[in-house]
Amino acid sequence: MISQFFVLSQRGDNIVFRDYRGEVQKGSAEIFFRKVKFWKEDGDGDAPPIFNVDGVNYFHVKVAGLLFVATTRVNVSPSLVLELLQRIARVIKDYLGVLNEDSLRKNFVLVYELLDEVIDFGYVETTSTEVLKSYVFNEPIVVDVARLPSLGPAGIFMQGTKRMPGTAVTKSVVANEPGGRKREEIFVDIIEKISVTFSSSGYILTSEIDGTIQMKSYLTGNPEIRLALNDDLSIGRGGRSIYDYGSSYGSGAVILDDCNFHESVHLDSFEDDRTLTLVPPDGEFPVMNYRMTQEFKPPFRINTLIEEAGPLKAEVILKVRAEFSSSITANTILVQMPLPTYTTRVSFELEPGAVGNTTDFKEANKRLEWGLKKIVGGSEHTLRAKLTFSQESHGNIVKESGPVSMTFTIPMYNASRLQVKYLQIAKKAKNDNLYRWVRYVTQANSYVARL
Amino acid sequence: MAPPAQSQRSPSPSQPSGKGEVSDLKSQLRQLAGSRAPGIDDSKRELFKKVISYMTVGIDVSSLFGEMVMCSATSDIVLKKMCYLYVGNYAKVNPDLALLTINFLQRDCKDEDPMIRGLALRSLCSLRVANLVEYLVGPLGSGLKDNNNYVRTVAVMGVLKLYHISASTCVDADFPAMLKHSMLNDSDAQVVANCLSALQEIWSSEASSSEEASREREALLSKPVVYYFLNRIKEFSEWAQCLVLELVGKYVPSETSEIFDIMNLLEDRLQHANGAVVLATIKVFLQLTLSMTDVHQQVYERIKAPLLTLVSSGSPEQSYAVLSHLHLLVMRAPFIFSSDYKHFYCQYNEPSYVKKLKLEMLTAVANESNTYEIVTELCEYAANVDIPIARESIRAVGKIALQQYDVNAIVDRLLQFLEMEKDYVTAEALVLVKDLLRKYPQWSQDCIAVVGNISSKNIQEPKAKAALIWMLGEYSQDMHDAPYILESLIENWEDEHSAEVRLHLLTAVMKCFFKRPPETQKALGAALAAGLADFHQDVHDRALFYYRLLQYNVSVAQRVVDPPKQAVSVFADTQSSEIKDRIFDEFNSLSVVYQKPSYMFTDKEHRGPFEFSDELGHLSIGAESTASSQMLSELAISSVTGHASQSSLAIDDLLGLGLPVAPAPAPSPPLLKLNSKAVLDPGTFQQKWRQLPISLSQEYSVSPRGVAALTAPQALLRHMQGHSIHCIASGGQSPNYKFFFFAQKAEESSTFLVECIINTSSAKAQIKIKADDQSASEAFSTLFQSALSEFGLP
Repeated sequence: MISQFFVLSQRGDNIVFRDYRGEVQKGSAEIFFRKVKFWKEDGDGDAPPIFNVDGVNYFHVKVAGLLFVATTRVNVSPSLVLELLQRIARVIKDYLGVLNEDSLRKNFVLVYELLDEVIDFGYVETTSTEVLKSYVFNEPIVVDVARLPSLGPAGIFMQGTKRMPGTAVTKSVVANEPGGRKREEIFVDIIEKISVTFSSSGYILTSEIDGTIQMKSYLTGNPEIRLALNDDLSIGRGGRSIYDYGSSYGSGAVILDDCNFHESVHLDSFEDDRTLTLVPPDGEFPVMNYRMTQEFKPPFRINTLIEEAGPLKAEVILKVRAEFSSSITANTILVQMPLPTYTTRVSFELEPGAVGNTTDFKEANKRLEWGLKKIVGGSEHTLRAKLTFSQESHGNIVKESGPVSMTFTIPMYNASRLQVKYLQIAKKAKNDNLYRWVRYVTQANSYVARL
Repeated sequence: MAPPAQSQRSPSPSQPSGKGEVSDLKSQLRQLAGSRAPGIDDSKRELFKKVISYMTVGIDVSSLFGEMVMCSATSDIVLKKMCYLYVGNYAKVNPDLALLTINFLQRDCKDEDPMIRGLALRSLCSLRVANLVEYLVGPLGSGLKDNNNYVRTVAVMGVLKLYHISASTCVDADFPAMLKHSMLNDSDAQVVANCLSALQEIWSSEASSSEEASREREALLSKPVVYYFLNRIKEFSEWAQCLVLELVGKYVPSETSEIFDIMNLLEDRLQHANGAVVLATIKVFLQLTLSMTDVHQQVYERIKAPLLTLVSSGSPEQSYAVLSHLHLLVMRAPFIFSSDYKHFYCQYNEPSYVKKLKLEMLTAVANESNTYEIVTELCEYAANVDIPIARESIRAVGKIALQQYDVNAIVDRLLQFLEMEKDYVTAEALVLVKDLLRKYPQWSQDCIAVVGNISSKNIQEPKAKAALIWMLGEYSQDMHDAPYILESLIENWEDEHSAEVRLHLLTAVMKCFFKRPPETQKALGAALAAGLADFHQDVHDRALFYYRLLQYNVSVAQRVVDPPKQAVSVFADTQSSEIKDRIFDEFNSLSVVYQKPSYMFTDKEHRGPFEFSDELGHLSIGAESTASSQMLSELAISSVTGHASQSSLAIDDLLGLGLPVAPAPAPSPPLLKLNSKAVLDPGTFQQKWRQLPISLSQEYSVSPRGVAALTAPQALLRHMQGHSIHCIASGGQSPNYKFFFFAQKAEESSTFLVECIINTSSAKAQIKIKADDQSASEAFSTLFQSALSEFGLP
């Protein structure tokens, strides 16, 4: 049970404020924002998502640069409230197509209408876009998508690949398209976040894939959908320790450590033929979340060489090699490396002919940053950085420099080899203008090479 | 027109301007109010939007109340909704004007469109104006019977709103009974769920003043009601499922087979994508199996994978909430998670509140087989750019060293920290080496060699400095330079700001003096002189104390100040096990995130629907307050079991669920027959206990088996219940447990009350019996004693 719900902009402005029970003082949004702001300024890092000030519990999640906040005086389930906040954000996004400060401000009356039906007197009534449709009457005012930065993992589908209709992901589930007819389509996105830690000798210390099969359906008439996954998919690693890397490397079977499913998913035939059956509700939702620690081939190898070049100088050579097929291109790559605190100057040297590279030395936190627009599979890229120090390093450069970390996005690639074999829509044959999109993407969660 | 233009002009909501704008709006609204021109609704919508946007930003637009109400005569549902929102926000501060809205809201409550009926009813109940409650009763009554489920869900919450405005109006209109009826009969799952929420709130708050309400509240936890909800669980929305699961978590089954039935039924809830459902299910599993050690452990194994999946899916915020719960479980049973340690490795981009939890988990799960890898990992973090985390990591290495038997490799690592030449790393490592030496004096040779090389000039942090000085004093015979280092530190006495360091300096120089008198004498003199002149009380007193000791007799002084050290075996834990247990009892709540039991951060009235109030607090005369508060939390469980059997009979039929009625308990001894279905509410117990004199006071011995079985005090409650002796409250922790029991004669309503204090270390039970019929006390005492003596027997 919550007492208030509000959405704040990054600067702390109230965009939406709803008091459900009148148990928490009105100034709570300001108290909250000040606390969050000073948490950081006091050097304690980010404020935790849950904290208590004078008996009031504040919960918040950050979505699209906005703060979604709930308050209560009751000792509630933290997971429930945080899940709820996330779900409210998703419902709003379903309605508005795009969730950001601008769209929220333009549609705040609609948002109030939604909030009234989602929560009554602090208790959750429903967060299903499907159910809400029958109670909500405001039409969304659609904001111009083209000039907006992409949001969330699905946003990446808008870049490059022409085969995908860019607007689909940012289309409201209720607004009709120009021409009055809705396009019959369904999106199934397999989004994987990978975490890998390499030891200084290049050996993989830990690796994990956290995946989601996300669905967004614009089909009319609620048809049943069958989603077939790999036949050889198995779940749970039996009695073995989950980090017991066997000879599974490279072999066929995909072994998930564990997974969970959306409410609407029926698993009746899952045991037999790895098929999920569901009637997708409106809006975006995760069909299945899964976790895998089975060894996989990491998409990138990182090599770092540090050479001392005199008492006050050193050279860092960073090499990144893309170990995936040349038909695939990774984009928005960023390589970062903390340098010794006594580094004063860095000069960079890229390979001849390198395009779309940016290099930077962040003076404030002494960090080297190397950005690459894209990396084609099979290629290798090198950066040389000449460091100048303000004091002698005593041969400690390696100890004083941080691990190299990397972020990237690789469309049409998935590390786990989990696949949607087919997507079957049970529907009368008359409608052949039916679009189904199955899309894969892999992103770095924590991709680190130690020195 | 973009409504929030206002807020863009004034970036801070705290300084709203806009007096002029409000009066502008006022005149515009007036113009529109009477108009019936076509397209008028669109203009109204725009104006209303503006009003709402001002309201959101914090500008007071309550002065528009009259105009808003005038404009609200419309059939446009979007307009209506905005108007309702406005009215709900300002009715409380404008009670007189609120009366204006009653009329149209009441009319809308009878609209043909169920949507309008529902909306109007919700708004009507949201006015929060006490003198308008008379207008709510009628519409609520018909709302509860509406044929549309939307209207019914709204009406149920409306009843709860009414209760908060005027509890007596709500109760007098008999709404709780109507909600109960709906809860058990309505076809719509959301209506049922809302009834449950509302009734939990109403009955919990009524329970302190009404016996009937407290009985009703307990009936919610009775077998038929709990099973009714369990059997329908899949009909409920995921949020309502959480509500049901929370209820089930408080249910105490009477038989073991029930426990397995419930767990089998809920098994698939662990695969739910909603973390709140999974955690609520886990709570049920953990609570049900508390007294079944083996199964309880299996539950841990079973929930591990789902929890880890939740931690890594979802937003960072959700993952933090789940991780906090995982943290709690890891701390309770580290051995179960010892092979999963890699999941607790920190990722470079995680926020520090997550890293802190993970470091504690890594420390807890370290055992002989994984220590090497964990410590290697922790050492990586020690070089981390995030300095607080680097410090925590070093401390974690130290803690692991202190809890391991084989510290060989760890000591080397710690010593490497000392050589890392980062001041904070050295400082943390020094403190750890000191603690390590207190526990493993055998390592002194290796450590001293390294510590001796550290220049005291590079150490600034008081804790680290104190640690270094302690080692200098303790091992001065092995550290060649010890007297001279101490001497130079004493020379800088004036510059030493920390009293802790100065105290350590005094003691260290004393110890050094006993071992190497000629070299230290001068330094000791200087230290004592400086200490006597010190402005800090403790430093001055310690210097004086040493001075007098030395004057009296040097060898006595040595025996006092520098006796042979005994190794410290266990360092005290910071949190008592009782507090930890309370947090565990409050699984799936904020207590777990804050790592504090709820009474430390919430007011009494906000602890949650099923938390018992202090009504029985003073029962536990002479017991510590903590014990009594724990007693209260257990009371919730035991008092309900006391009633379960009786109430189940009544509702069984009502529901037609055909649930088996619990079998009658074993036959009682012939002398005195007790009623196996005795009922007594806490209020009456309390009253009787105060009124009646003690008719019998005895001490029994408890068998060793009984003492052993008391490790799970709940087991005693069940055992005694089997003998028709019901527990109403229990509390305490090893070795002292306290229970309050009651029993009733089978034929008449004559009650026995018992206070039973069991001390497990002396294996004695002290019994005080109070009885309506004092002549039967002896017989009852015999019965009680025989029942107690059978406790723990197979």
